[in-house]
Amino acid sequence: MSTILSEGRSVELDDVQGLVRFGYKHLTEACFLLLRVKDQAAARAWLAQAPLTSAVKADPLPETALHVALTSEGLRALEFAPDLLAEFSAEFVAGMASDAARARRLGDIGANDPSGWQWGAGERVPHVAVLLYARSGRLAAWEQEIESQCGAGFVRIERLSTSDLHGVEPFGFVDGISQPQIDWERKRPVRDQDQLEYSNVSCLGEFLLGYPNEYGLYTPRPLLTPRRDPDALLPRAEDAPDQADLGRNGCYLVLRQLRQDVQGFWRELDRQAEGNTDLRERLAAAMVGRKKNGEPLVAPSEDSVAGNAPAQQSKLNDFTYGADPRGLRCPLGAHIRRTNPRNADLPGGPGGILSRLWRMLGFNAAALEQDLVASTRFHRLLRRGRTFGAGVTPELSATQSSPCTETGIYFICLVANIKRQFEFVQSAWLIGSKFAGLTGESDPLLGHRLPDPGDFPTDGFSIPQADGPDRRLTGLPQFVTVQGGAYFFLPGIRALRYLATAR
Amino acid sequence: MGDAVTPQSQFMLVAQVTPGRHRGLRELLKTMNSKPGMADPTNAVLPFGQFERLHFARLVVLDDPTLGDIEAHDVPRPSLPVYLAFIGSCDGSAGECIADLARRADTGLRRIFMHCDGFNADGDLLAWMQAHQYRLAANYINWVGRTVRQVKEESALQRALAAKVPRASLASATQAQQLRRELIDFVDAEVSAGRLGLTPSEPTPLRWQIAKFLHLVAIPLAGLILLPFLIVLSPLLIFILRTKENSDAEICPPPDRAALLELQHLEDHDVTNQYTAFGSVKPGVFRRWLVTVLLVLIDYTCRHVFTRGFLARVQTIHFAFWAFLDDKRRLVFTSNYDGGHEAYMDDFINKVTWGLNLAFSHGVGWPRTRWLVARGARIENKFKHYQRRHQLPTQVWYQAYPGLALVNLKRNQRIREGLELAHVTDTQAQAWLQLL
Repeated sequence: MSTILSEGRSVELDDVQGLVRFGYKHLTEACFLLLRVKDQAAARAWLAQAPLTSAVKADPLPETALHVALTSEGLRALEFAPDLLAEFSAEFVAGMASDAARARRLGDIGANDPSGWQWGAGERVPHVAVLLYARSGRLAAWEQEIESQCGAGFVRIERLSTSDLHGVEPFGFVDGISQPQIDWERKRPVRDQDQLEYSNVSCLGEFLLGYPNEYGLYTPRPLLTPRRDPDALLPRAEDAPDQADLGRNGCYLVLRQLRQDVQGFWRELDRQAEGNTDLRERLAAAMVGRKKNGEPLVAPSEDSVAGNAPAQQSKLNDFTYGADPRGLRCPLGAHIRRTNPRNADLPGGPGGILSRLWRMLGFNAAALEQDLVASTRFHRLLRRGRTFGAGVTPELSATQSSPCTETGIYFICLVANIKRQFEFVQSAWLIGSKFAGLTGESDPLLGHRLPDPGDFPTDGFSIPQADGPDRRLTGLPQFVTVQGGAYFFLPGIRALRYLATAR
Repeated sequence: MGDAVTPQSQFMLVAQVTPGRHRGLRELLKTMNSKPGMADPTNAVLPFGQFERLHFARLVVLDDPTLGDIEAHDVPRPSLPVYLAFIGSCDGSAGECIADLARRADTGLRRIFMHCDGFNADGDLLAWMQAHQYRLAANYINWVGRTVRQVKEESALQRALAAKVPRASLASATQAQQLRRELIDFVDAEVSAGRLGLTPSEPTPLRWQIAKFLHLVAIPLAGLILLPFLIVLSPLLIFILRTKENSDAEICPPPDRAALLELQHLEDHDVTNQYTAFGSVKPGVFRRWLVTVLLVLIDYTCRHVFTRGFLARVQTIHFAFWAFLDDKRRLVFTSNYDGGHEAYMDDFINKVTWGLNLAFSHGVGWPRTRWLVARGARIENKFKHYQRRHQLPTQVWYQAYPGLALVNLKRNQRIREGLELAHVTDTQAQAWLQLL
């Protein structure tokens, strides 16, 4: 058994699905099968022995990988015990497209409305997602093998085929640079204390159930009396040693199909730039917060950010917005600034006790001004998305008149708390039209552009200038449309075996 | 304070709902809405929009499903009534606002209150309303002096200026001055043409100033008198506090799914949301006195310290108050806040756990605190469950300025202030242009 040791209990890497630890960059081919249960016994039989890939580092690197995640509908279809199902998070139990209130929160309104989704609503809610990854040229055979195994139990409602754009998303920007660094070694002390400086390290419990999160607490998940796990398939809960932990080594997986109107994006920027290609690129970079090559608009910090891997890419990720409070370098509403504001629990840095107390009470006006968005560490997402379609170069998209092919991202993120992580970021930071005190705009890439009540527009984008009024783009059309989505549980490997056998 | 200030007030009228008339009341309240829980400002029963001094208002049935929680303290479940609360936040005094409502919405208010005990359909409406007004234990107003009229005028000003200002890069700082002067001329012309209004503040009411000053002095004096007793008793009080903190029951199960969905059904129709919470105060003299004293202190700081856009680190609450009911056996809290519910709660946990614990840890079932300020609300899931479980659906909620959050109100106010300055430096002129 391969484990990472720590003072507490070590992480059972052979029980964690590998997707939590790896993005599988070398497995350039991937497809996601969305299935519904056709024959419960056969479905269970396959889940009980599906050849999942674990988080143990393999040498040589694996040729293929397989991951399986289930929706709450899926657990119901397997007739999983309702009382245990109810102990999963409310968002998972209800589902992404369950009600209009959630749709409002997530911005799934207008063109994003679940009623228009290709999958994920009504009868087209998947039960199971089978995520297949393979080295170039190996996917077809791998997919055939897995499909032949699970064909008896499931019917396929959708096959999401991905494309390999070499780390670039369809609009043309290098993607996937910023990721939280997970504390696999469990070195981060488990205690609840304000963090006065931004760090890129996250407690394991932010991304895996059964471990302490950033509050030093265990996120609620189904715990069972040992009687319900007679074969002792499940690990015991750290915080309740007399209970079996169905959540341990698992997490929630959020999948959304986001169609990107690449042509529309570059055409609009071309219009805003009045054909000036240099300006067009600069406007696009301002909206993203990075240049196309991934270089951030804010220069790397002099003191490096804690928790950045000493990898080549860390240079692209080693910064905060501390020296750019007004957004003169990177606009406040830029996409990467909204998704990850990179700030600590209290603005204004460590300082002395008195200074801290003063800021805690709200008396430091400068700190207060920077305090509309705080405590990034509770709202991190571990992203595992893949692109689909071809993407288009700006030169082509700005001139070509023919409609381009479907392209976009299968957005995937892994979290331990759907509400505090994914839903919060999506709703308060991305869709929110008052983020950081801005007015008249939501996320420049993802916004749905529908006006707020009182007919206040949200289709603008402001770029602060040092010497005068903000430069302002107005009347932006919608560039990204949600075409499907669901909340899944990505169980630990033993937990999946348990789910497959338990009643 | 040199400037003229129109003070804001809040009021709460509470009356028992006549048994058997709940359904009729809820049906009537529903007819006042254009979206779930969102009042139609022109609804036939109580056309809120006609009351130009009203910032927020709500009608909420105070029916506490957690009444039995107190059994955890070995106190039998009390039999307490279901109330209807009519709540408002307004410019000027609460008394004037209530009188104005009674005068101009007589029929509609009678239709509502006839569902309440002891309401005489032919009686004196205003007297009945006054008799049912409850004292608020603590009262928070985001920005003392900012009127509905000001909010609306400044929003129109911002829209006009944002559309007018040229957004090309400026060549020099003097150009910023020049541009500002042009915009001032533009605004002057718009005001003269009646397309914009910039009404000056009314003089600060003397009575309010005097009352505020007396309050400012009286509370510390009372504290000074009590201080020796507190010092002498402190070992005992601390002992009691710590004992209770270690033994009081936590009651934080996840909220009922249907109830939660009902609450969410009413939320996020606007950039601002409402919150109403209700629960029992822990039994016994100690908690009763402690919560009373703490709310007096909270009220004091809200009245004299936190009057300029922030309540400690929280900058998203427009209006809020705490009020006791049933001889301090129960406590109701209401607020009007910007953003979604989850963001509101995360803001609370991450920024002002200590304040939440001070104010709410005397409620039956609150997550366990340490030394009155630590832990408690910081126990994320217990707190989130607790507050949702104690939240009540607000049947009718009105707000006077849809789409405008406090960040807008503050920014628009600064635009107005910058406009009215006689002389500004080049840097100030630039900073002002950046607000547009």
